[in-house]
Amino acid sequence: MSDAQPIYSIEDLVIDLYATTVSVRAVDGVSFNVRPGETVAVVGESGSGKTVMTLGPLGLLPEGVTVDMKGSARADGSELLSIGSRQLSDLRGRYFGVIFQDPMSALNPMLKIGPQLARQARRFAGLSHEAARKEAVSLLARSGIPDPEDRYNRYPHEMSGGMLQRAMIALALAARPRVLIADEPTTALDATVQAQILELIRQIQREDGIAVVLITHDIGVVASVADRVIVLYAGQVAEEGTAMDVLTRPVHPYTRGLLASVPDFRADERAATREIPGLPPNQIRLEPGCRFAERCELVEAGCRQHRPPLQTISASTSPHRVACPVVLKREGIAVHV
Amino acid sequence: MSDAAAIEVRGLKVHFANRSGAGAVRAVDGIDLTVARGAFHGIVGESGCGKTTLARTIVGLQKESEGTVLIGGRNRAEWLKSDRKSFSREVQFVFQDPLGSMSRRQSVYQTLEEPLQIHRFGSSVERRRRIAELLDLVALPETVLDRLPRSLSGGQRQRVSIARALALKPSILVCDEPLSALDVSIRAQIVNLFTSLQKQLGLTIVIVAHDLAIVREVCSDVTVMYLGRISEAGVTRPLFREPAHPYSQALLSAVPSPDPRIEAGRRRIILAGDPPSPSAPPPGCRFNTRCPVAIDVCRVEEPMLRSVPHGGVAACHLADSGRRPVI
Repeated sequence: MSDAQPIYSIEDLVIDLYATTVSVRAVDGVSFNVRPGETVAVVGESGSGKTVMTLGPLGLLPEGVTVDMKGSARADGSELLSIGSRQLSDLRGRYFGVIFQDPMSALNPMLKIGPQLARQARRFAGLSHEAARKEAVSLLARSGIPDPEDRYNRYPHEMSGGMLQRAMIALALAARPRVLIADEPTTALDATVQAQILELIRQIQREDGIAVVLITHDIGVVASVADRVIVLYAGQVAEEGTAMDVLTRPVHPYTRGLLASVPDFRADERAATREIPGLPPNQIRLEPGCRFAERCELVEAGCRQHRPPLQTISASTSPHRVACPVVLKREGIAVHV
Repeated sequence: MSDAAAIEVRGLKVHFANRSGAGAVRAVDGIDLTVARGAFHGIVGESGCGKTTLARTIVGLQKESEGTVLIGGRNRAEWLKSDRKSFSREVQFVFQDPLGSMSRRQSVYQTLEEPLQIHRFGSSVERRRRIAELLDLVALPETVLDRLPRSLSGGQRQRVSIARALALKPSILVCDEPLSALDVSIRAQIVNLFTSLQKQLGLTIVIVAHDLAIVREVCSDVTVMYLGRISEAGVTRPLFREPAHPYSQALLSAVPSPDPRIEAGRRRIILAGDPPSPSAPPPGCRFNTRCPVAIDVCRVEEPMLRSVPHGGVAACHLADSGRRPVI
C-alpha cells in the first residue's frame, strides 16, 4: 500500500465556481495522491471544498454552476482536466465508482434495481447479458442485501434507506472500479445502519483492494476506516498524514480545535468539549494569508500576509504535513526538507 | 408550579392514519416518561422510533391519540385549551431547522420582539432591554439585530431561535435535534451554550438527539426509543456504561470513537437488517427481528420495562435487576 505508484493524483488543483454575480475559490492549490488499496479521508466542514475538490475533476458538480479548474488530476494515464467529456464519462464508469449521501442521486427511480446494475456491468466490465444479470445478483448479495433475487426486480422506492445505500454501493462496484469515491456515504443514515455500511466498505476494500476516497465531516468515521487523512480548511490543506498521526498527534491549530470539539464517546474521562470561536471565512473575498488566522489563538502578524507552506514534520511514505510555521516554531517541531 | 415533576407522560399514544386506510403509523405507541425538574433529558433512537413525535406531543404541537401529558402536574391538553398564553410562558420548543421556524422577512429584532409583544411584555424600552439581555444570554452581538435570518450562519440562527424560546422566561425547553444541521465546530458552541443556559437559568431541558457522544456529554438522563416504545431509560452515565437492552448495546456500539487507537481494536456489534415499519411492528418484543439473543418468548410476548443493574429500566425479557444479556 505504501510505495506503490499512485492510481489517482491531484496536483496544485484550483477550482473557482462562478454564479451569476460572484465567484468563489472553492479549492485553492490542493495536491494529494491515492495509492491502490488505501482509504484516504478528506475531512472538513461545510464550505471547506472537500466535495468540490473530489467531484470537480470527475465532472460531477451540479449543473448550472460554471467551473474553472486549473492544475492537474491524473488517473489511468489520462489528464482528467483536459480530456473530452465522452472519455471522462468512460473513465468515470470504469475507473471510478462514486457513492453519494443520497442514493437517489445515483439510482434511476424509473428502473428496477437489478437491471441498472446489469447495464453497468455490461457496459464497463464487458459482460454478456446473462453474465451481467448473475453479476448484478451477486453484487446485491455482496452488498448485504437479503434475498437478492427478489430485490433484483424491485424499484428504488420499494426499498428502505439502508438498502438503497447498499444498492448504490453495488452499482458503484458493478464496473469493477479501481477507486471508490464516497461522498458522505453514511451521513443520512441511522447509527446502526451506518455501522453496517462502514463494515461493508471495510470488507469491499479488504477483498477487492480498491482505493477509497472518503469525504466526511465525521471524525469517528475517519478513525474507524481511514489509513490517511487530509484536513481541508477553506479550500486549502491544513494538515495531512496517517490517520494515527493526524488524529492522535494533531499539530495544526485548526485540526486541534476540530478534534477538541468532538466529544470522544469511548474515552473514560469526560474532557470538556472545546469550541473554535468564530466562523469559517467568506470565500468570495479572501485575504492573502492563512485562512484560519481569524479564528486562530496562535495568530501572529505574519500569518495574515503570506500563505503558510505545507511543511513535512515526519518523513515516511505517508508523511505528516502541516501548514502552520507558527506552531512548528513555538513547539520546536523539526521540519524535514 | 408545585413540586410535581416538570414533565410527566402517561400511556401516551400517537397514531397517524394512513391515507389508504390500511394500518396506521404508530409513531408513539404507549409511553410513560417522567422528567424531573432541572433535568437535562436526552431522547435518542433512530429514524421512525417516534422521538420527534414524542417531543412535539409533549408541548402540544401534536395531538395525542391516547394518554396524558402533565406539565408541572397540570394536564397539558386542558391547560392549552383554557390558557394557551400562560402555557407558552412555561414551555417552549426549539426546532431542528431554525430557518424554517422563523419568518424570512422579519429581522432578528422583530423575531425576538414578537413573543414579547404578544404577551404584552412592558413598554418598547423594556422590550428593547429584554432583547439585549437575550442576545447576551446566547452570546450574539447587537449587530445581528437588523439582519434577516437568511443572512446569518447556521450557528447564529440557532442562537436566535434559542433566544426567542427564552424570551418569556420559560422553565421548560423542549428541543428537536437542535444540533443536527450544524457543523462540528459550531455544534460544540451550541452544546456549551445549552449547558451554560441550563445552569444559569435552572431550566429543565428535553433534547431529541441522535449524536450519542453529545448526549453522553450533556444529558443527566436518557431515554432510548425503538419503534414507538421506550426500550431503555436511566441515568446517562451508568446506562451508557452498561446498557441492559440489546438494542441499546448495538446502538452504543455503533458510535465510532475519534481515536483510531480505540477504533482499531474495538469489537463492534453489527445488527442485521433495518428497523421494521412503525405501521406494522412485529409481535412480541419490537426488537426481536434484529436481536441476536432473542428467544422464543421474545417473539410472542411484549416485554414490560423492568429495573436493571444500572439503576434504570429496560424492556427486555432477558434483563432484570440481577443480570443483563450481553451480545
